[in-house]
Amino acid sequence: MVSSEDNMESPTRHATPVPGNLVTRLLRRPATAIAVLWLLGAVATGVLAPLLLPDVATQHAGDLASVRQGPSGEHLLGTDTLGRDVLDRLLVGSRVTLLGVVEAMIVVLALGLPLGLAAGYFRGRFDRVVGWLADLVFSVPAIIIVIVVLSVFRSNMLAAMCTLGLLQAPALMRVVRTATMSVTDQAYIQSARVSGLSGSYIISRHVLPRIAGAVIVQASLLACFALTAQTGLAFLNLLVAAPAPSWGGMIADGASVIIQDPWLIWPPGIAIALTIISLTQLSDALRDNITQAWAGNRPPRRAHHRTAHGPDPRPVDRSGSIEQDAALLSISDLSVVFDTPGGTVQVLRDVNLSLEKGKILGLVGESGCGKTITATSILGLLPGSGRVSAGAIRFAGHELTALSQRSMRRLRGREIAFVSQHPMSSLDPSFRVGSQIREAIRRHHDMTRREARHRTRALLEAVHLPEPQAVARSFPHELSGGMAQRVSIARALAGDPALLIADEPTTALDSTVQSGILDLLREITATRDTSVLLITHDLAVVAEVCDDVAVMYAGEVVERGPIATIFADPVHPYTRALLASNPHNAPAGKPLQVIPGSVPPPGTWPSGCHFAARCAFVRKECEAGVIPMIPLPGQRSARCIRHDQVSNV
Amino acid sequence: MVAELTTSGDPGQNSRGNPLLTRVRPAHQFMRRPLVTLVGQRVALAVPLLMLVSALSYLLVSLTPGDAAVSILGPTAPPEAYDNLRHTLGLNEPVYKQYGHWLGQALQGDLGRSLFSGQAVSEMIVQRLPVTLWLIGGALLVSLIAGVGLGMLSVTGRFGLGRLADLVAVIGFAMPAFWIGVELVAIFAVKLRWLPAIGYVSPEQSLTGWLRSLILPVTALSLHGIAVLAKQTREALLDVLNSEFVHDARSNGIPERSILFRHAFKNIAPRIATVLGVQAVVMLGGSVLVENVYALPGLGSLIVSAAVQHDLPLVQGVAVCFTIFVVVINLLIDFICMALNPRSATW
Repeated sequence: MVSSEDNMESPTRHATPVPGNLVTRLLRRPATAIAVLWLLGAVATGVLAPLLLPDVATQHAGDLASVRQGPSGEHLLGTDTLGRDVLDRLLVGSRVTLLGVVEAMIVVLALGLPLGLAAGYFRGRFDRVVGWLADLVFSVPAIIIVIVVLSVFRSNMLAAMCTLGLLQAPALMRVVRTATMSVTDQAYIQSARVSGLSGSYIISRHVLPRIAGAVIVQASLLACFALTAQTGLAFLNLLVAAPAPSWGGMIADGASVIIQDPWLIWPPGIAIALTIISLTQLSDALRDNITQAWAGNRPPRRAHHRTAHGPDPRPVDRSGSIEQDAALLSISDLSVVFDTPGGTVQVLRDVNLSLEKGKILGLVGESGCGKTITATSILGLLPGSGRVSAGAIRFAGHELTALSQRSMRRLRGREIAFVSQHPMSSLDPSFRVGSQIREAIRRHHDMTRREARHRTRALLEAVHLPEPQAVARSFPHELSGGMAQRVSIARALAGDPALLIADEPTTALDSTVQSGILDLLREITATRDTSVLLITHDLAVVAEVCDDVAVMYAGEVVERGPIATIFADPVHPYTRALLASNPHNAPAGKPLQVIPGSVPPPGTWPSGCHFAARCAFVRKECEAGVIPMIPLPGQRSARCIRHDQVSNV
Repeated sequence: MVAELTTSGDPGQNSRGNPLLTRVRPAHQFMRRPLVTLVGQRVALAVPLLMLVSALSYLLVSLTPGDAAVSILGPTAPPEAYDNLRHTLGLNEPVYKQYGHWLGQALQGDLGRSLFSGQAVSEMIVQRLPVTLWLIGGALLVSLIAGVGLGMLSVTGRFGLGRLADLVAVIGFAMPAFWIGVELVAIFAVKLRWLPAIGYVSPEQSLTGWLRSLILPVTALSLHGIAVLAKQTREALLDVLNSEFVHDARSNGIPERSILFRHAFKNIAPRIATVLGVQAVVMLGGSVLVENVYALPGLGSLIVSAAVQHDLPLVQGVAVCFTIFVVVINLLIDFICMALNPRSATW
């Protein structure tokens, strides 16, 4: 019923936690410790109770004069329909119940583990045959087949539970197979294979320890299923011959007198529930632990709620400087922080930008400099715990940092639109392109369906898509990257925005397609009077289309100004290094210059100049304190105290 | 749990469920004839599956100490009576011949006769099939509506239903369906006297009586499904809501309502359908128990009484019928996913 891959969550793709620590880490959580205690206690009871209470298993009837007595001092959990002590039967019954689970699990592990390992390790034809068999067995209605077995081997629990184990083994096999595959994909296993280590050695030494967590997670879930099946079959009186007690049988006993006495089904029911909860708790804790350890210290994923609130849009104080009034977007001293368990981490510091109407501003820098965070703070969609801690974002008379979530929503798409880096994943894969653009149009304009349809066509034509009708009928996956990016731009234009933020719009595209998209952006600013904030790491892109440029480094704007002056005479060492390392500018025959070192991640910024550690011009005073943005002639500014020396080189 | 582990082993979820995970293929690869391939693959699995189930039961029968003749006549009949009966039933022939004979008959819809009532097995199945279908169909519908609803509400956090979702999850995951069934009887039939405790009324007899007779069994059977679907819906929704296209839609002013109910919903639908399919198979097992708790005259109670009575042709027939049910469900889910996911449609 299924093909051969698996959707085990990502864990196995990354490194593995140390197993020794795992146990202690798990037990530190009280819920998990209690779960483990319960399971150990249940197993101990299953082993010991029948030895300590040898008569219970064969007792046909107790004191028939005192049947169905509620809990009392003499019978802590009361007596059953035949006057037998419920607690005794519960304790002794745990053996047959848990034994059934153990029998099934032994078969599951004995089949699933080696087959999964072999299929994942050797792959190829063996994997396909095993996979097909697993699909086959997996499609069998398990309980039904077990009942067939029980109709032949009456009350034979071993046969029944082994059959169940056989039918459940593929569920473990698949997980083992996938986990094994991702472990053996890793380079060190590959090199171990190449260097001639035997398969069994690699499997036992390198693979098994790494998949152990995934195996235990799946095995405990399968144990829950085996427990449900065991008790269910015992409930049907198919599994355990009277008078031997079992949890399922006790529920059947209670069910037969449910009208007279609602109590008797509770003790075995709670025992089953606690065992299942313990198993799931154990598996959840283990899974969390594995995923955490594997996920490492990845930053939180994009969240979808803006945390800032504020009053509705209000016009900005008009008495501001002339420069601010002329600008459509003006960011001043913007700082953004993330609240993490380890404290507040700053990701943007004193960012200043300004973008005029109909102009294109390039925001450049290496990855991790804060370009995208700048864009998302303009949109009011900072991920997770991110928030603006200081500064202002003025846009067309609004102070965006003070706007409520609701007013921000009204601005997005209508005033500020967004085009992302990955055109393919930017559009909803399940809707036709035309429907997505129409939705944006009708959101922003009061139009009938018919009008919206015409406008969709017009927009698709405006972004120079051939056969706009056919494109509108396509799903995103049917488009090429360049076409999808044009569609994204068309959607962004649906609300006639004054500002278009384009986050690396050409990075994911072929170089032949790139210039087409850049031409389009240029054309949009010219014909629609739309301003574009173009985020890129590619200086060639900036040189081709931008009017102004702002260079970012480690959360700061380090240099900004008109494109011609900055490119001709960069005064910040970082801008200089960026230009020198650009392959387009490199002189032929000489090795390409690279900037040594890497961008310091947020939280590790030095107190002085952020670039100091990688700078060729660094002096003692550079690291002494915060370097301010220094205004320079020609409407430019730079965050470098040695800018005159840099310029003169 | 059951559903979780089966889906976590179910790769279909990747290709059908989360479209973001699937690789983008160039347009020219989309020219296959998907329906034929799909049906072909299913049949390629279904035929050996049905053979396996029926052959397995035949094999088991041949291993049994004592045979149908002894079962029918009891241990004290004269020896020639056994021989005569064995001859009539074809029990003297080798197992594979008996199986071949049975298979030939089965292909024509004749699954043999019950050893006890003498009634045709196929006839008995047809009589009881509606009860099981109503039970499972009702439980699937309830699981779908309540599970997806709870899952969505737990993500959006509206109406403070988070606690209710937790409670349903604990009960649905931890308590076996038959226990829930018995407890529901204790509460709603014995204590509150709102609903009948056991028994089945056919819809032809009385529509309200039929509904009332199904409420408790359907609830008992669906609680686990609700818990599983709520959990899966929640996880799928969170996945989609964290995806890039949602971020970009939001950035371009698409309202939350549309993101949740239009975009997210359509994207999680194939994954939900897959989970529902797995649940349907899980409910087959659950229905056997629930039918016994409520004394519903369905296939589940039929196979249990047949198993107790050692009525092997009947057990075998019902098992084959259940297996066909699984095959049909898997095929249906494939079609649904194909209809819901534009990409899988062309694969």
